[in-house]
Amino acid sequence: MQLLVNGETITVNPGDTVSALIQQLGYRGETFAVALNGDFVPRAHYAQVSLSAGDNVDIVAPVVGG
Amino acid sequence: MADKLTLYGKEFDSRLLVGTALYPSPAIMREAVAASGAQIITLSLRRQSPAQQQGKILWDYIQESGCQLLPNTAGCKTPKEVIALAEMSREIFGTDWLKLEVIGDDYNLQPDPFGLVEAARELLKRGFRVLPYCTDDLVVCRKLLDVGCEVLMPWGSPIGTGRGLMNKYNLRTLRERLPDTPLIIDAGIGAPSQACEAMEMGFDGVLLNTAIARAQNPVLMAEAFRLAIESGRAARNAGLMLQRQTASPSTPTLDMPFWQQTINSGEES
Repeated sequence: MQLLVNGETITVNPGDTVSALIQQLGYRGETFAVALNGDFVPRAHYAQVSLSAGDNVDIVAPVVGG
Repeated sequence: MADKLTLYGKEFDSRLLVGTALYPSPAIMREAVAASGAQIITLSLRRQSPAQQQGKILWDYIQESGCQLLPNTAGCKTPKEVIALAEMSREIFGTDWLKLEVIGDDYNLQPDPFGLVEAARELLKRGFRVLPYCTDDLVVCRKLLDVGCEVLMPWGSPIGTGRGLMNKYNLRTLRERLPDTPLIIDAGIGAPSQACEAMEMGFDGVLLNTAIARAQNPVLMAEAFRLAIESGRAARNAGLMLQRQTASPSTPTLDMPFWQQTINSGEES
C-alpha cells in the first residue's frame, strides 16, 4: 500500500506499523519525531500504531530556527 | 545586587535570547551564540530524510551548548499544527519550553491572536511553558495571561525587517499596564541601539536572530548586542532623566566670571 511520507509516495506492506516504516526508511537514534495525519505519535506507540493506505506521515528532525 | 531574568521560575543572567538560523555556517553560529552570552536559544523542527545531516550537526551543538532550548512553532497556522509540532519538539528536545508562533498572515508574519490564545490554553493544559510571540496589543496580551502564560514576547516589528520598535506607544502601554509580567521583545530588532532602547523602556529581554546572523561579522555583532542589552538594562535600573523642552545648563551659573562686565557692557550700550 502507498503512503505519503514527508510529501513523497512510499510503498509499505499492508498492516505495517510506524515502527516498521521507520526501520524501512532508515531513521536511527532519537533525533526525529513522527506525526500521523497531523497528530503526534509518541515514540512509545510506534510498534502499536498501524498504517493505512493513503496515510500522511511527517517525520521531523531538529533544524536551526529563530 | 543580582539582576536575574526569571522566566517560569528559572533564572538567567543574560537578557538576550538568540536564534540559531541564517548564519553563514554552523561554526559561526556557535561562536556568535557564545559571544552573545545568550543562555536561551531558539530552534525548530522540519521534515528530514535519514540522509540529511543538518539535524545531527545541530543536535551535537545542542548537547554541548548548555543553553535552555526554546523550540519554536514557526510556520504553523492553526492550533492543531502547533500542538502536534509542540509535542514532537518536547519528545526530541526534552523540554516543555516553547516559543509559540501561530502565523496569521504570510506577508508580514503577523501572529494570529485568536489562534494564539486557543493554542496557548491547550498547551498550558498539557504542561508546556509557553512563551508566545504576539503582537503589541494590550487586550491580546491580557488574554494570553488569562489562560496562564507567564511570559509574553510582543514583536518590535515584523520578523526579519530590522525596523526596531515600530509602535512605541503600544509597547510603553504594555510595560506600564503589565508591570509584573516578563516581557521580551521578539522580532524586528535590527540594531543594538534598538535593543538598548527596548531595555531602557523597561522590557525584560530581547530575542533576535537575523540582525546577528546577517551581519557582516556575526560574532562581533553578537557581542555588540550583548553590550547594548547590558547597557540598556543598567540605564533602566539607574533611572533615566525626564526629557524637557527647554535647555537647562549643567555647569553652575553662580560665580560665572565676566558676569559683571556683561552687565556693565549692557549699561554702557
